[in-house]
Amino acid sequence: MNAALTLSNITKRFGDLVANDDVSLSLDKGEVLALLGENGAGKSTLMNILFGHYIPDSGSIHVFGEPLTPGDPRAAIARGVGMVHQHFTLADNLSVLDNVTLGTESLLSLRASRAQATATLQALSQRFGLQIDPYALVRTLSVGEKQRVEILKALYRGAKILILDEPTSVLTPQEVAQLFATLKQLVAEGLSIVFISHKLDEVLAISHRIAVLRSGKLVFEGNTSDATKAMLAQAMVGRDVEPIQRREASHASADVVLKLDAVCATSVESRVALRDASLEIYAGEIVAIAGVSGNGQTLLADVVCGVSQVTSGEVKFKGKPMALNVREAIAHGIARIPEDRQHVGSVADLSVWENAVLPRAGDVRFSRWGVLNARAARAHTNELVHAYDVRLASIEHPIRKLSGGNIQKLILGRELSEAPELIVAAQPTWGLDVGAVAFIHSQLRDAAARGAAVLLISEDLDEVFALADRIAVMSKGCLSEARAAEAWTMQSIGLAMAGESDARSERHAA
Amino acid sequence: MNEFLSLLIDHEFWVAVLRIATPLIFGTLGVLLCERAGVLNLGIEGIMVAGAFIGWLTVYSGAGLWFGVLAAALAGAVFGALHALLVVRLPLSQHVAGLGITLFATSISYFAYRVIFPKVDSPPKIQAFDDMSWLPIPILSEQTPLTLVAMSLVPALWYLLYRTPLGLALRAVGESPQAVEAQGINVVRLRTGAVIAGSALMGVAGSFLTLAAFNSFFFNMVNGRGWICVALIVFASWRPGKALIGALLFAFFDAAQLRLQQSSGGVLPYQLYLMLPYVLSIVALVLVARKAAYPQALMQPYVKGTR
Repeated sequence: MNAALTLSNITKRFGDLVANDDVSLSLDKGEVLALLGENGAGKSTLMNILFGHYIPDSGSIHVFGEPLTPGDPRAAIARGVGMVHQHFTLADNLSVLDNVTLGTESLLSLRASRAQATATLQALSQRFGLQIDPYALVRTLSVGEKQRVEILKALYRGAKILILDEPTSVLTPQEVAQLFATLKQLVAEGLSIVFISHKLDEVLAISHRIAVLRSGKLVFEGNTSDATKAMLAQAMVGRDVEPIQRREASHASADVVLKLDAVCATSVESRVALRDASLEIYAGEIVAIAGVSGNGQTLLADVVCGVSQVTSGEVKFKGKPMALNVREAIAHGIARIPEDRQHVGSVADLSVWENAVLPRAGDVRFSRWGVLNARAARAHTNELVHAYDVRLASIEHPIRKLSGGNIQKLILGRELSEAPELIVAAQPTWGLDVGAVAFIHSQLRDAAARGAAVLLISEDLDEVFALADRIAVMSKGCLSEARAAEAWTMQSIGLAMAGESDARSERHAA
Repeated sequence: MNEFLSLLIDHEFWVAVLRIATPLIFGTLGVLLCERAGVLNLGIEGIMVAGAFIGWLTVYSGAGLWFGVLAAALAGAVFGALHALLVVRLPLSQHVAGLGITLFATSISYFAYRVIFPKVDSPPKIQAFDDMSWLPIPILSEQTPLTLVAMSLVPALWYLLYRTPLGLALRAVGESPQAVEAQGINVVRLRTGAVIAGSALMGVAGSFLTLAAFNSFFFNMVNGRGWICVALIVFASWRPGKALIGALLFAFFDAAQLRLQQSSGGVLPYQLYLMLPYVLSIVALVLVARKAAYPQALMQPYVKGTR
């Protein structure tokens, strides 16, 4: 028998939700198995069970033919199961070496063998081409480097089976290519890999076999060579999916709605400062800011929405310098769809209707003499819920009871129903299911067609190319020139995201 | 000004600095252990009272001085275990639980004192620690052995934190409990252990007051020293060496104000002098702590299976 890993009849329930329903899978030695599925399909739950973070309600796991004790991460590590989580489990203020050696030695031991650990780590990084400075603090590393540390961490523990949870979601196209080269080498050395993703192109590129989960059930299993994109998409979603359509270029008018002139800004939350950002957005067009998150996009959005102050430069709204505070921005009719819908976009414990009027609660429509007109607010909320297809049990419930997609639809409705002239949408579809994504895309397109200027900030290049008239790239706080979407290629946009010089990316584009 | 300069060469002054610093060193190292593991322990003020009382009571009942220190450490550990139960296992608000522990530990110590000694006019005395006159080092020879213990704890704790696997796990759990859990180390146990050990040190800090600095127990004797330790740890950026420096610095100001009070002949109200070390600590904090790198997971409760 050649199976490195066998999962047999795994079932896991969280209350009424069946996260994994009788799932059986096997992984051969030297194989890359792709685990596909939408958000909430049960991929992460399944892997957390394998890694001992959750205990399955029924079913068993065998690693190299031996049964694995459920619910014990140590047992999984000891058997050679290594996991690279989507959200890295690294301590930022510790060094690479500290992070790698954490937990590998007995806690009762009186000294750590740092010299030996350093040597082992360097040998590993040599062998697999994962260059890293062992003494660098993790917080100084780029996202790609942090991922390297996670992989090295698993290898340092002697992992034979590597589980990668959405490993490409935070990488530039070039970093993805590098990661794939590393994975191929790992497989050549006899490791087995489970590659969790919802991106079809990547899965088809890297895997030998593909398994698709939908609503906790295994709905497809087969060789990659026999699979097509359309059929995988169908299996994932459970119905035919139209590929994302490119939007026809809109006829942007000559009215400049937003103009940034050499804007510099810093903030406590953002590690990257905004440097000399200049941008013009015309009425009726969608301008996308592409880039790996954490390169200053959030700060840019915050500046436009009046949340962060500029240190120099000027922001003009319809030709007039804008007073940069939130109240002013709301009064100007700037719609803000923040990146973090749970914490910034809504207040989790307030009811749905309170959230629906929150930014404009002082408006005469919803309050008088400082007293909230709950009836008007509820009526308005009901209109929004209806118009924007928000699915909920009651508008009296706290908003945290809603799914991410429905919270986002409510925020979208709250902002777009005010007929804004400028919409700032930061990662508007992050983590949402296909249906919600399509809805939000169509709403943004309609808003642009009505004449609104849309500033779209997104990490998802498919989304960027599907929606944007013009695209600018953000890297290390610098904003590139905004060019027509057709002027960019995957290659040139990837280089720009990695911070390569403009001249080079132009040559590539030509 | 001259008076101030003459202080610097005054032998007695430096003896006082070291004596004032000792409980602060114990306390700050205790806070360091708790906070490095990601747990705020505002119980320190009360735990010091309990340590002072239990340590003194043990010796008063006839046990040896070192046994008194041990009893104080145990008392600290018990309150630490209670705090850990509340904030690590349950996990409740660290602020509220910590302040609750302070009120509880303080009141129960005072209450027990009153029950055991219902009718005393002057506080009963014990034979406190003697100075280490056998030691050939000048100023240190006029300190009690507890000061030596406090000073040697600094490198010991540094070694633990930076040179052992346990110390690494401890630093990591205050930065990212998820990272620790992912390596199969039990976060709850690790944090509980750190809080218990740190609280034991706080207990010892209290016992210094009754077993070395004074020879009896009286109300309000801790007098905010615990809170000073909570501020000192920010000043020290959670490092043992800097914690020592911080404690010495505060003690320096405190000893200086005591002298100035005596020598100024009552020109200014004495409260102004009392204020001095606190004002200076606030200034020092403002200068240093703005850049302080807090343990990232400080005050973040960890519940398995959540992010």
